[in-house]
Amino acid sequence: MKSGVLVAVMAAVTILLRFLPFWVFKGKTPAYITYLGKVLPPAIIGMLVIYCLRSTSIQAAPHGLPELIAAAVVIGLQAWKRNALASILTGTAAYMMMVQLVF
Amino acid sequence: MDNGRPAGHGVVGKAFYKSIPVMAGYIVLGIGFGILLRSAGYGVLWALAMSVFIYAGSMQYVGVGLLAGGASVITTILTTLMVNARHLFYSISMIDRYRDSGKYKPYLIFALTDETYSLLCDGKTPEGEDPNKYRFLVSAFNHSYWVAGSVAGSLLGTVLPFSAEGIEFAMTALFLASFTEQWIENKDHTPAITGVVSTLLCLLIFGAERFLIPAMLLITLVLTLLRKRTVNAA
Repeated sequence: MKSGVLVAVMAAVTILLRFLPFWVFKGKTPAYITYLGKVLPPAIIGMLVIYCLRSTSIQAAPHGLPELIAAAVVIGLQAWKRNALASILTGTAAYMMMVQLVF
Repeated sequence: MDNGRPAGHGVVGKAFYKSIPVMAGYIVLGIGFGILLRSAGYGVLWALAMSVFIYAGSMQYVGVGLLAGGASVITTILTTLMVNARHLFYSISMIDRYRDSGKYKPYLIFALTDETYSLLCDGKTPEGEDPNKYRFLVSAFNHSYWVAGSVAGSLLGTVLPFSAEGIEFAMTALFLASFTEQWIENKDHTPAITGVVSTLLCLLIFGAERFLIPAMLLITLVLTLLRKRTVNAA
């Protein structure tokens, strides 16, 4: 019973966070929000990249080397071929091979 | 994010193709969630309900701890606010894009996860297709991978027969590819640099457990100041 309430609370709060900006700016979007809508995506994606790598230790072996190499593979491939699927699959395969077989 | 190469015919195939990068990550992370939830004593119906109605990966992992530890409602509210505050950001930056999405709008907003955001935030949709239907389908494909993974993990209750160590990098790779693509597409790299530098700074100052909210505030502050500067200059 109590767990059901907690799940409902988690769902409700998450939904609230997702919907709140749409309720607040229901009418004409203020110029400031339109500006944020334009500049936030690259900034947030940059933030998420760092967020994903937050637990990577540079001090302890292997010093973040698998992450660094795999990230270079993804960025390089994406800049070269512009095919996100190929970049992601190749980078992930390279990372899995490194952490399972090399490091 | 990609060059729009369609996997099949029509909008469903194009949306499916776009969602493939999320598939492996969501299924594996979903399995992990299902296993964790089951080990805490909550079966498949709980996994299904949480993945359908909460649909926020890191929050669900945290949520297992809240359920198992018998957290209070207040603690649960505050924790959810902290862990999911970033969703405010995603919604703010999608306000104009989702404004006229009609019947798809509620679901598009509900299903705006980190990964779905990264697929759709550049605003590009295939030519000749209904952009709202396309976004709806991409969102729904991603949601289905997450639900399927959670249910599978709960039913299996045990780790995969092969080593999937390192597959979590698929999410990092997804964001890196999106970052690179936006870097190439945008002339002004200030927002991208602001995001990375502010986040790194907050990671160093606040540590790996609590840097995300300060980072979001700092990013907003810097971008707001930059706007004032460009407005004044103009």
